[in-house]
Amino acid sequence: METFLNRYRNLTVLLLVIFAQLVLLAVQVKNDQDVRMIRIWTVTAVTPAARVVEWLRGGSIGFVRDYITLHDTHDQNRRLQAEVDRLKLENIFLKNELNTADRAKALGVFQEHTPSKTLAANVIGLGAGANAKVVFVDRGSVSGVQRGMAVVTPDGIVGKVTAAYPTASEVQLITDSDFAAGVISQKNQVRGTLKGQGSPVCKVDYVPLGDKVAVGDWFYTSGDDRIFPRGFPVGIVKSVRDGQPFQEIYLEPSFLQRGLEDVLIITEGVHQAIPDQAVANQPVYIAPPPPGADQPSAQPTPGTEADKLRAEYKAMGEAQKHTYGEGPPGTKPPDFTKMGVPGNVPQAATPSGPGSSPSPPAQIAPQPAGAVPPVKPPQAKPPVTGSAPPPSTASSNPSTTAPLVGQPPPQPAGAKPLSVKPAPSKPVPPDTPVADRPRE
Amino acid sequence: MSYSTSGRIALNNQREAKISRFRTWVLLAVPLAAIFFQVYVPQFFHYLSYLELPLLVVVYFALMRRSQIHGLLIGALVGLAQDSLLGTKNPLGMFGIVKTLVGYFAASVSVRFDVDNALVRLFLAFFFFVFHQFFYWVMARALLGQQLGFDLQQTLLIGLLNALVGVSLFHFLDKLRETA
Repeated sequence: METFLNRYRNLTVLLLVIFAQLVLLAVQVKNDQDVRMIRIWTVTAVTPAARVVEWLRGGSIGFVRDYITLHDTHDQNRRLQAEVDRLKLENIFLKNELNTADRAKALGVFQEHTPSKTLAANVIGLGAGANAKVVFVDRGSVSGVQRGMAVVTPDGIVGKVTAAYPTASEVQLITDSDFAAGVISQKNQVRGTLKGQGSPVCKVDYVPLGDKVAVGDWFYTSGDDRIFPRGFPVGIVKSVRDGQPFQEIYLEPSFLQRGLEDVLIITEGVHQAIPDQAVANQPVYIAPPPPGADQPSAQPTPGTEADKLRAEYKAMGEAQKHTYGEGPPGTKPPDFTKMGVPGNVPQAATPSGPGSSPSPPAQIAPQPAGAVPPVKPPQAKPPVTGSAPPPSTASSNPSTTAPLVGQPPPQPAGAKPLSVKPAPSKPVPPDTPVADRPRE
Repeated sequence: MSYSTSGRIALNNQREAKISRFRTWVLLAVPLAAIFFQVYVPQFFHYLSYLELPLLVVVYFALMRRSQIHGLLIGALVGLAQDSLLGTKNPLGMFGIVKTLVGYFAASVSVRFDVDNALVRLFLAFFFFVFHQFFYWVMARALLGQQLGFDLQQTLLIGLLNALVGVSLFHFLDKLRETA
């Protein structure tokens, strides 16, 4: 026997090593248990080197950028000067984008605003295989990372921690074919299960055929899987088609939009509401108001034609010492026949012209949101017949309106005056111009 | 260049086969660097993920040591390390077994061929890459029941690229051999 083993020593060792690995494989497959020790050794051996190289890479890139390439600065400046004019307009928008494109800043802002407790981490390596959909991050169990924790970026969810080693963690990406998570659509609250496909596109499964999902809809985490807190963006629907027995919905994960370098590990998740609005790529910058904008303007604001007409009526009433809305029915109305005559209309009736009186042409009282500021017609107007239209405050032609009101048509004997009941006002946005509001 | 200039591919007898020796740190650092390369570099250059540096390193050491036991042990260790970094859903041992066989067979071949010859190295690197990919595919289907795809044309093309890189890498690693 000994001679046999000596003679076939190489083959025996080969068979032993193969056999040992087969047993190792069988134990893992049968018990669904990982041999953690070997992985810890390897990860501990490789990730410190990755961390050092990553640090050196960052430092050397900064050095090269700051010092070595300075000889190009002069040419670069000239080129940039030439481009400044073209870029000025574009820059107003891009500045905002560039500011927020700073990953660390964006990550910090997101970390500040998200109610969940998070831990920032850097991606330091990919899975050792062309098809591996795992990444390694530089935070491990020493930093409090545990298996099963969710990993996100401000753009969307990234994956979950599948193994936490002392100095690093392994993160299974949502594009991995074994990945699954509960998701919900933003628009119609359609629930489904996100599944990785091993490609940059994920599938939302188990959505019944009747549920409405359209291309462009956003999906968020539903919180059902107990890994990802509710309300984190997942991705945007790229295609929807009917399948059997469920719809075939494919979406593009939103975390892929800007690459993957820095991530946040959620150490304590807090569920959030699904936002009503679609996720914007960048927050919109709103400039501060110009100086003095909070004070009332001294200049009369140009009004609409209706405002001008209203001001004319008001000025005419004031000139004749008539107060609209007072006096019993039948009181003599102001003489509107003088409206068209130059010199009879006070200056206040021309509010928008340069050098006009500072008296505001149409002072509309502050209204509660959604209410229409009532533009009161003169109540002491003469009774009108059913055939004659009431004076329209929105009319843009005073020359036709004034005579109609000022010169009532002859009233037949015994005819009762019609009472004009104002129509119930509809809620109108307060910033709607008077001319665009429903007529009363 | 330290390639064989005799133009011979096969050796007349096993005594002609020279055994190369390496320092211990080389035997440790080179496989570790190859694994590190495969983990770290593809995140910046994704196309480099097709480069199987750990396999090329196993082939090189097995060829140059001309010892089947050394070859299979290096193959097993590098394979297990690669398995460890492939993700927890992949059980340990798949790359381990395949690379064990590659190490063993590469060492077996080395006692019959002049492995200092560049053409022999090119062919062996290509052959063992295809063998590695095919055997992994067979094992994944047979042992784990995974339905992996095997694109022969792509494998041959990537094998050729790996072989070309392998020849350059072997030339570089030759400089780390201990001189007698």
